[in-house]
Amino acid sequence: MPKRKRDDLERRDATASSALAERTPFAYATAPESSEIVRIEDKYGLFIGGDFVEPKSGRWFDTINPATEEPLAEVAEAGPEDVDLAVTAARDAWDGTWSDLPGRERAKYLYRIARQLQERSREFAVLETIDGGKPIKESRDVDVPLAAAHFFYYAGWADKLDYAFPGRLPRPLGVAGQVIPWNFPLLMAAWKLAPALATGNTVVLKPAETTPLTALLLAEVIREADLPPGVVNIVTGAGETGANVVTHQAVDKVAFTGSTEVGKSIQRAVAGTGKHLTLELGGKAANIVFEDAALDQAVEGIVNGIYFNQGHVCCAGSRLLVQESVFEPLLERLKDRLATLRVGDPLDKNTDIGAINSKAQLSKIEELVESGVEEGAEIYQPACDLPDRGYWFRPTLFTGVAQSHRIAREEIFGPVLSVLTFRTPEEALEKANNTPYGLSAGVWTEKGSRILWMTSRLRAGVIWANTYNRFDPSSPFGGYKESGFGREGGLHGLEPYLEFEEDGRAG
Amino acid sequence: MAKVPAETRTQVPESPWSPQAAEAAMVRVTPVDAVGLEERAASLGTRSIKRESKLYALDLAVRCADLTTLEGADTPGKVTAVCSKAVRPDPTDPTIPSVAAVCVYPALVPVAAERLRGTGVKVASVAGGFPSGLAPLQERLDEIHQAVRWGADEIDIVLNRSAFLSGRYHQAYEEVALSKEACGSAHLKVILEIGELGSYDQVRKASMLAMAAGADFIKTSTGKIASSATHPGALCMMEAARDFHRQTGRAIGVKVAGGIRKAKEAWIYLVILHETLGPDWLTPGLFRLGASTLLNDLLMQIRKERDGRYQGPDYFTVD
Repeated sequence: MPKRKRDDLERRDATASSALAERTPFAYATAPESSEIVRIEDKYGLFIGGDFVEPKSGRWFDTINPATEEPLAEVAEAGPEDVDLAVTAARDAWDGTWSDLPGRERAKYLYRIARQLQERSREFAVLETIDGGKPIKESRDVDVPLAAAHFFYYAGWADKLDYAFPGRLPRPLGVAGQVIPWNFPLLMAAWKLAPALATGNTVVLKPAETTPLTALLLAEVIREADLPPGVVNIVTGAGETGANVVTHQAVDKVAFTGSTEVGKSIQRAVAGTGKHLTLELGGKAANIVFEDAALDQAVEGIVNGIYFNQGHVCCAGSRLLVQESVFEPLLERLKDRLATLRVGDPLDKNTDIGAINSKAQLSKIEELVESGVEEGAEIYQPACDLPDRGYWFRPTLFTGVAQSHRIAREEIFGPVLSVLTFRTPEEALEKANNTPYGLSAGVWTEKGSRILWMTSRLRAGVIWANTYNRFDPSSPFGGYKESGFGREGGLHGLEPYLEFEEDGRAG
Repeated sequence: MAKVPAETRTQVPESPWSPQAAEAAMVRVTPVDAVGLEERAASLGTRSIKRESKLYALDLAVRCADLTTLEGADTPGKVTAVCSKAVRPDPTDPTIPSVAAVCVYPALVPVAAERLRGTGVKVASVAGGFPSGLAPLQERLDEIHQAVRWGADEIDIVLNRSAFLSGRYHQAYEEVALSKEACGSAHLKVILEIGELGSYDQVRKASMLAMAAGADFIKTSTGKIASSATHPGALCMMEAARDFHRQTGRAIGVKVAGGIRKAKEAWIYLVILHETLGPDWLTPGLFRLGASTLLNDLLMQIRKERDGRYQGPDYFTVD
């Protein structure tokens, strides 16, 4: 066994004790998922033209386990020459085979990938958790199953495209350059690859530099699925690599998920080039709880809304708007619930909150939380032990937050909740919409008419009623305003990868 | 709508705002979202428990068990045997604690009381027209009196679902309050029969009503209908008890009963209890498990945890 993995295993026993465990003999077991199931290579090359190749750049970088700070593997950094090779491979594959292949044939590859993802789901889940820090409970129950579901869903569309848009005949665009974030590494790869391939495009995908491993394992699956070489190329690296992908002149379509800041610079870069563009960017969602809500379930929804995946979720319910008449009972419940959250070893099946994805992200969270305290909001954090090594942050909530505070305006992308109050539905709506973002929102009320009233006025792409952070491949996802444009998922998710001719068959 | 029998009408004033009804209405009843509740209950079912904690949980489950026999065919001989099992569940192992109580029909209370005297195991009796709760009110109250006089320490009554489901909340409340009075010093458990209430909102409302009316315990089911205790149903009642405790400072116990046969089931209920009401509720004073077949599985699992292997079922007594 390689040393770093053994260290991982030994370390695990020392972590994952909770305050709860010490108060009572009724403690949960450390129930670690074995990391033995997945084989991590020492080095990963670039996946270009159906093979793993050494980077022409000659540069490599480490990807680490954020729960231990131990390096996991060396990963190639793609330079301009490497990106060019990848785009050329994608272009050749499009010209040569993929664009002419009937939809039913493309579907077979997608089904094969989906099945392989299911077959190797434990491997993917463990690797996702080791590389990114998210609890195994989530990678096992959310990330991997949803990724497979996404491939299954779009496989189903591949041979039905001609009938999906009445009056219009869809055509693929060509080569798609896709840049994805570190919060849901495999799932975001699936969100990008599945619709692009189903519609007949070829792809150059750039995973995030802190979480490249599951995308590279997916490359292995893609190779085993016998996908024609060059249809999917995966180039690893940081921001510069991503910039090279999106600005490459032979890329026809750019799809990006990440920060609003980078999104804006991409939009500037592709302006006037004729490239198609979709952006899925940041958010500062309002989760709105009315006085007649099912409070105990609302508490679960609030917790799931902001502490799911350590709050590294663009659609996280990071602003809690509570009707003032239930502020106290709700806060009491919420604080009690926070005390039962288990922070620690992400591989432990009982862990609710894992490691913060990177040191840089941890600093950003700390900086914003500090600003919240300085600006006069009241901070609450439950007492819980944090492991000595790795990047960790306690679940945090702020009360007495005003709309003008930074913690109410800026995306923190961490387990930090800002609680605000309101008196009337109009006020809730005004506060909810008073943000440059518009990705998602939540409404908690037992009154159906109020749900409809709110949802038709909230400026957000996804609105959940009496639940939060629910995803399904058939449901379109995307933002308003500075949260981006274009939709992923559902029928809508096909359009960004297509252009249309008038359908001569019609009339 | 059919008229309520004259007897109940004269005994229970109809005004929706009598002082008692107003008091019951003041207890805020929070709505329940079924999807969220079931999701939470399911997620608690996946917690894994430490090995030492498993033994603690199994031991606790035995201490919280109400060993129950509620058959028309119950005889003094059968009840005596159940009582022996209750006092010493595993004759080969003196470290196994006694169960919390033996639960029988009123006519057999004298037998159980005689056999259990001085053992610390309580005598519980169903009363109040079990399992429908639709005998005339005076008869129900007399039955409670009688059971207590014969030696019952705890009385399990059923909520009047006929009154509750037709919106006569005040009548349902009043009957629980009168039953509590009839109990004297005996503890009152109110069975909600959640399988007949139709929604979690109703379960929550019935829980609040029973607690406000004086129940010491609220209990899921009679065990006499097909649908009995469920994880989300129990969670819903525990959330109500948590609310009631926050609002009034009174700690009310929760009993889950009906259909619990396996040790694993029992400790999922303990996990839900622990996460919802906290460690203070991990005691027979505030938690009970209705058990008949469950007990032997608990014993079998305890021995397995200790010895590392399973014993055949014939090594555990069947009474």
